[in-house]
Amino acid sequence: MIVIDALVKRFPGAACPAVDGLTLTVAKGEVCVLIGPSGCGKTTTMRLLNRMIEPDSGTVTLDGRDVATVEPVALRRHIGYVIQQVGLFPHWTIADNVATVPRLLRWDETKIAARIDELLSLVGMDPATYRERFPRELSGGQKQRVGVARALAADPPVMLMDEPFGALDPITRTRLQDEFLRILHRLAKTVVFVTHDIDEAIRIGDRIAIMRDGTLVQYDAPEAILHAPADAFVEAFVGADRALKRLALAVVADAAVPAGVAAAAPPIAATANLRDALARMLALGVDALRVDGPAGSPPSVLTLAAIRARAGAAPVVIDR
Amino acid sequence: MLLAEAWQFVVDHPQRFADALGTHVALSAAALALAIAIAVPAGIALAGTRRAAQLAIAAANVGRTVPSLAVLALVMPVLGTGFAPALFALTLLALPPILINTYTAVREVDPDVVDAARGVGMSAAEIVRKVELPLALPVVFAGIRTAAVQVISGAVLAAYIGGGGLGDFITTGIAMMALPQLVVGAVPATLLAIGTDRLFGALQHVLTPRPLRLP
Repeated sequence: MIVIDALVKRFPGAACPAVDGLTLTVAKGEVCVLIGPSGCGKTTTMRLLNRMIEPDSGTVTLDGRDVATVEPVALRRHIGYVIQQVGLFPHWTIADNVATVPRLLRWDETKIAARIDELLSLVGMDPATYRERFPRELSGGQKQRVGVARALAADPPVMLMDEPFGALDPITRTRLQDEFLRILHRLAKTVVFVTHDIDEAIRIGDRIAIMRDGTLVQYDAPEAILHAPADAFVEAFVGADRALKRLALAVVADAAVPAGVAAAAPPIAATANLRDALARMLALGVDALRVDGPAGSPPSVLTLAAIRARAGAAPVVIDR
Repeated sequence: MLLAEAWQFVVDHPQRFADALGTHVALSAAALALAIAIAVPAGIALAGTRRAAQLAIAAANVGRTVPSLAVLALVMPVLGTGFAPALFALTLLALPPILINTYTAVREVDPDVVDAARGVGMSAAEIVRKVELPLALPVVFAGIRTAAVQVISGAVLAAYIGGGGLGDFITTGIAMMALPQLVVGAVPATLLAIGTDRLFGALQHVLTPRPLRLP
């Protein structure tokens, strides 16, 4: 668990503090997204957690321990660190890059070798193919896979990620978001994730911390923020299409009801999201879609009214 | 034939030639080693600062424009003549290219790579040893190579302040209008400079991390 308490950081020469009395708690195993416009202090906040930057006042507590009492180098070896530019060591092989922290921690070399293969497989890279390659031979997406593997190498309980997918093309970005979120949830990592992309925040965050001028404006689950923005700033920030964004968080199966008879309506997959279902209804000019269940079970039906109800309803806390 | 006469001179005075060559090499090697020992750590240290670096690099750049002969001439009134003042002057000559290249090379290391190194928990010393120095090494070595050639050719002038070396043959050759003797100094000094340049070029290639080498 990460507890940030009354954190203040003012850079020399700056008119106002970059982080101004921030208080925030991230529960163990949760993905907390820090988001806001440029200069809102989100990256500074993240870098205060592993003491890349030292605060003027306030405390950061990691699993009950004040980070100010831990030697920075030792602290960072137990916190995963991923940045947008990846920053792989260009003169080292992929294997050596992944082995960085285990080597700093002086693990046994046979254990390190096994760990390298395990991690490369985990991030979807064939160890035999990539172990001996160099960073310059990889694509942007592959580099970030290695970057994440390097951060995970010593199995840190906490991961800090600063716009890790920001430099990737949209298709690769979506794929990596999905893949890494699955991995991080499975490994029960506590993640602090910085982005300026609200869609990314909604997609991956268990909770979203919206920041402005170094302060916290709203901190809540994506559903809740989309349903009830705290003020005009948040409302503008999440966008005019927040109702649609909410729909994208729910799947067809959640809103479909059993149909008495086999409807003649066009079909939609039970796993599709409601935004896509709505788009399909609009495109086909219908107000109901047939949802086929598993073979043998009766089909259900998704109506436009059900979608509309869902869009206006109070948030349901989704347990991931 | 000039070269034949020069060769005859070497055959007639093997000891003198060997001594001069030995002094020349020793003087150059010592000056280069001293300059590396000073300029490489200084360049790394300067890369971390800003104001001190600008000052030092400006000074080094000025130092670079001072002709070798002027350095020797300036040193003589202070330190006198002999091996030590020559060594001092040549070290001074070798400092700027090594300092400037080391400083530039370390500054040029991708800041994101250094940030990642810090972020994963490398200490300041580990960042220098494992990341900055290996990545800077090719450019540092290019500076050492330039300095080495400068020192070997500069060492010819050491004879003017009694430093010995192959320059002795050249100065006496000029004084006595003995062309063959002049050649005995000039040709080996030239070959030494060319050979050193080649040798350091090869070393530079070997020391460049494999993925960073030019194809």
